[in-house]
Amino acid sequence: MATMKDFRTKNKPTWCPGCGDFTVLAALQKAVAELGLEPEQVALVSGIGCSGKISQYFNSYGFHSLHGRSLPTATGLKLANQDLTVIAAGGDGDGYGIGMGHFVHTVRRNIDITYIVMDNHIYGLTTGQTSPTSERGFRSKTSPQGAAEEPVKAVETAIVNGASFVAQAFSGDVKQMTRIFKEAISHKGFALVNCFSPCVTFNKVNTYEWFKEQLVNVDELENYQPEDADCALRVLAEANGTVTGILYKQKRPVYHEVMSGASDVAAAKLDLRLPKEEQQALLQSFR
Amino acid sequence: MNTLATLTWKVGGAQGEGIDSTGDIFATTLNRLGYYLFTYRHFMSLIKGGHTNYKVRVAESPVRYHGDDLDILVAFDQRTIDENAHELTEDSVLIYDSGKLKSLVIPDGIQVKLCPVPVTDMAKELGSPIMKNMVASGVSAAIVGLSADAFDSLIEERFGKKGDSVVESNKAAVRAGFEFTMERYGVLKQLPNPQPADDGGGHLFISGNEAVGLGALAAGCRFLAAYPITPATEIMYTALAHFPRYGGKVLQAEDEIAACIMAIGANYAGVRAMTSTSGPGISLMQEAIGLAGISETPLVIVDVMRGGPGTGLPTKTEQSDLNELVYGSHGEIPRIVLTPSTVEECFYYTAEAFNLAEKYQCPVIVATDLYLGMSKQSVPVGAIDFEKVTIDRGELISDEELLALAPGEYRRYAVTESGISKRSIPGQKNGRFVAMSNEHDEGANEEIEDPETRVQQMAKRMRKLNAFDPSVLSVEYDGPETTKWTLVGFGSTRAQIGEAVKHLQDKGVKVGHLQIKVVKPFPDALVKRYLSGAERILVVENNATGQLAELIRARVGFHDRIQSCLKFSGDPFTVEEILAHCKLEQGVGL
Ligand SMILES: Cc1ncc(C[n+]2csc(CCOP(=O)(O)OP(=O)(O)O)c2C)c(N)n1
Ligand code: SF4
Repeated sequence: MATMKDFRTKNKPTWCPGCGDFTVLAALQKAVAELGLEPEQVALVSGIGCSGKISQYFNSYGFHSLHGRSLPTATGLKLANQDLTVIAAGGDGDGYGIGMGHFVHTVRRNIDITYIVMDNHIYGLTTGQTSPTSERGFRSKTSPQGAAEEPVKAVETAIVNGASFVAQAFSGDVKQMTRIFKEAISHKGFALVNCFSPCVTFNKVNTYEWFKEQLVNVDELENYQPEDADCALRVLAEANGTVTGILYKQKRPVYHEVMSGASDVAAAKLDLRLPKEEQQALLQSFR
Repeated sequence: MNTLATLTWKVGGAQGEGIDSTGDIFATTLNRLGYYLFTYRHFMSLIKGGHTNYKVRVAESPVRYHGDDLDILVAFDQRTIDENAHELTEDSVLIYDSGKLKSLVIPDGIQVKLCPVPVTDMAKELGSPIMKNMVASGVSAAIVGLSADAFDSLIEERFGKKGDSVVESNKAAVRAGFEFTMERYGVLKQLPNPQPADDGGGHLFISGNEAVGLGALAAGCRFLAAYPITPATEIMYTALAHFPRYGGKVLQAEDEIAACIMAIGANYAGVRAMTSTSGPGISLMQEAIGLAGISETPLVIVDVMRGGPGTGLPTKTEQSDLNELVYGSHGEIPRIVLTPSTVEECFYYTAEAFNLAEKYQCPVIVATDLYLGMSKQSVPVGAIDFEKVTIDRGELISDEELLALAPGEYRRYAVTESGISKRSIPGQKNGRFVAMSNEHDEGANEEIEDPETRVQQMAKRMRKLNAFDPSVLSVEYDGPETTKWTLVGFGSTRAQIGEAVKHLQDKGVKVGHLQIKVVKPFPDALVKRYLSGAERILVVENNATGQLAELIRARVGFHDRIQSCLKFSGDPFTVEEILAHCKLEQGVGL
């Protein structure tokens, strides 16, 4: 059986010392090992950004795709082979900026994948620009006067669009993060885990300390009902979004089981040739 | 003008008036009787109103072009007469809806045989104005000498589910039109001889788009993601109609970016996957095409070209994406661009695209256009044969080979002489790799910026297509070694060029026809060989800047001999236009 070590590659992460992404990687490696998965059964798809490099440090099949395109890549992968455990990962700019359209549609489809967003409220790899999750008034190289936009409400968007599993985690709490990853990966359907993952180099506002002060953990709330969307939205509104834990989950049909062409056999394992009678019947229908 | 024994028929009216169904009933019936047809739909980018028409050219042997002229025009409104007057000759028959068109205007100088029929009124009397398509079919049957029951089996098939009374009233509508016409006008036009298939039935009646869908299925494609766009949507419809039965998955994506990336993800996972689109969608896919190139993931894209730029002419044909397909996307990647020119080639080239994509682990684009994609035509039974499709999955690494390697030893992007490295599929033990959009080393463990590795990987990828053999698919030449001129084209213009060439040959002119069917990698040597004996070269293409001519100049030269015959109005070429160009530009006495 594979251990956490089997999910490590020989590549040393190039992240800045202290970057929140280190714990995301470690928690993910721990989660898959504890779930008893083997490296060849897992595919990790990432976008572009500091966070997107995660696929190079995670020893499974992987696709380091384009900026904002991890979800359609993961969708194609999962629909081609539903027997794989497919995980998509990337930054807030990647997922909620350039990739926002895909995000909503992947939620709607309920593709059976886990989506991990390393949300540092800034663009790291391009050296510190405002991100869609930056607070209004956030000053950066591209918002010297302070950001004029409201931040994207990503987890709320997921909930109102019918997501079947929505959670938030914090790089400062590996234990909770690992537990959430395990549940997210085991969940049948689309599972979003938005991870607050501080950028120690460019974001001097949303630091570990800042998050620690702000965060509300639903595990510590009495009577929190993760099956109740209204409850989740209320708690999120009260805490201005900085809530960790499993915020919402529900049972919904999984896309690859209801889409046109749904089959018990993975598409990648089907016969390529049609039986001769089928060929004839097919051509006959064009006469 | 027609050198073939043919009959041309057209029905026209406002969009939403049942024009398509009238055309479809007439054409499908004739096909089943054993005629060879080519049908062309003219339509506008609106749902109701405007002008639409459906033309059918009937022949004794396969035809690929709808013809310059018209023998019979069935007009439901004045606009049909105005817009199609240029196709009428003094031998044409004009059937018009006399109840609706009280003050008919025939353009000056046009002499036609007039056949007024109160089509809509007759349909109303029989119960519903909707049935005017059936009355018109009956009228048409009489004019060309078909029997009144020619449409019966199709009516039973199409309306059977709606009950006997619907079937009977439709049959009655056909008969009413038929009898009215027989009494007043009788048979006015001669159909060519039917050539039923060996089993006594009709030929395959199929469009380029449908053939693309079937070709993909035959090649084992089991995943299509696409976003609706005219004129490519029918490919998705064909996939939806036929893939699911075999476990093939079809997904309507949120946009073309997603569609193309999903196809890449699915190909990476080992399924044969594709996307289909038209101009604006191809533009959106350019970034992903580069991704397939550098990550060496097989990818099949079908581009059914339409008028551009922008949203241009969404319902009209054009061949103006060529530059984008050959040169598009940032950076440099190996790629293959196929330009099939017939419905049969749409089938076989699409099927082959999957072999090429896996063999060379790169994007393969199949470029057709609205004219080829959406025109339904008859092809002989057997001309599309699943058994003739070979499947070559390229260099896949086996489980045994992987297990023989030490853990972590497998190098997905190994530098090889051929430029092709063995591919593993997720799920295979010991075959782990990360498909990379960034430049990477052999093992794909990490992105690199080291110049030496970069050059190695880049050179490796660019080497891949050295093995591509252009002699198999890429050109077809018809003509003598030396010519006064050689006409050159790609894609759907083949038919009109072919007819023009035949016409010129009949006049004793030494002409050749070079059809280019792969534009990337460009078949330099073959094109050079066939063009070197030509005194003059006429490149015929549906675009404004002569993109194919440019490509030929860039790849093989002949600058002083090349001239372009261009059309970018949205309509396909007529044979006469090509001939007129020869007369004017080339000083040929005809
Ligand atoms: C189409 C495209 N546009 C822009 C870029 C440049 N780019 C790379 S990463 C990035 C943003 C990264 O921010 P985020 O997704 O939040 O990830 P982080 O680096 O903070 O982890 C951008 C804009 C790109 N690679 N592709
Ligand atoms: S720039 Fe920020 S996000 Fe990027 S590695 Fe450094 S700390 Fe992490």
